[in-house]
Amino acid sequence: MTRIGVITFPGSLDDRDAQRAIRHAGAEAVALWHGDHDLHDVDAIVLPGGFSYGDYLRCGAIASLSPIMSEVVDAAERGMPILGICNGFQMLVEAHLLPGGLIRNDHGSFVCRDQRLRVENTDTAWTNRFESGAEITIPLKNGEGGYIADAETIARLEGEGRVVFRYLEVNPNGSINDIAGITNTRGNVVGLMPHPEHATEEGFGPDTDAAMRNGTDGLAFFASALAALSLA
Amino acid sequence: MPTIIVDVMPKAELLDPAGKAVAGALDRLGDSTFSAVRIGKRFELTVDGEADDAAVAAARELAESLLSNSVIEDVVSVRVAGE
Repeated sequence: MTRIGVITFPGSLDDRDAQRAIRHAGAEAVALWHGDHDLHDVDAIVLPGGFSYGDYLRCGAIASLSPIMSEVVDAAERGMPILGICNGFQMLVEAHLLPGGLIRNDHGSFVCRDQRLRVENTDTAWTNRFESGAEITIPLKNGEGGYIADAETIARLEGEGRVVFRYLEVNPNGSINDIAGITNTRGNVVGLMPHPEHATEEGFGPDTDAAMRNGTDGLAFFASALAALSLA
Repeated sequence: MPTIIVDVMPKAELLDPAGKAVAGALDRLGDSTFSAVRIGKRFELTVDGEADDAAVAAARELAESLLSNSVIEDVVSVRVAGE
């Protein structure tokens, strides 16, 4: 069975939900610990949401220097699928695995909502099971989710199709070009602010037209990693 | 023990929502002396030994690599306290 690791950092909150989402997708969830230098032979890695180290210094900055992150950086360079969700996305930019940065929401408030997104790139390890241009709804909850980068970086990301997710209807945090998530050039490392792991089981996801709380648009993220690994 | 002070500010072209919120409070206080507020960070590094050129250089390197993120912030000064 495919093994997908979820790293728990001091202050991680969504590690258990991420493990659960991985099981829903049919893989084995492996708990990994920030202080280890051991990936326990996992095939893919999720950096979960939360407030590692209380967001001290900068969101994700201290966690990005955790012992296990040297193994994560090596694995990313080998092409292993790595997904950073929310605080995990912040760690990926602080670790320089993805470009740009995340700053406090432009309106100054924490935002928590079911967020509509467009999947703009379906060639990544975490989006290959979506149809191109798919519109999905998954929860979003952050205080520092404004994506920024210099003009040259933005132009490169847009030109290379590396904007993977874009906010629809509402830009909840002032992100440049409504960017919700991006990928690296190889497409194995993906980071986004919204939370796919909170939308993988009917009864526990966002509302849909069909019924309350039965949105499962997040499941395809994890199914995509399984598909990418089965081809590898 | 000597101290090296590092000041880090959000880049000038970026919105600083925290600073803006404080500026809004100034407005509500009726203060018209100040038109804007920007909030940055000050780090005080205690040096184990002399605050010599090598220590300042080490502080500067730390300021660029860990204490700030050049995508969103600028290191505006690195100096020995009291100098």
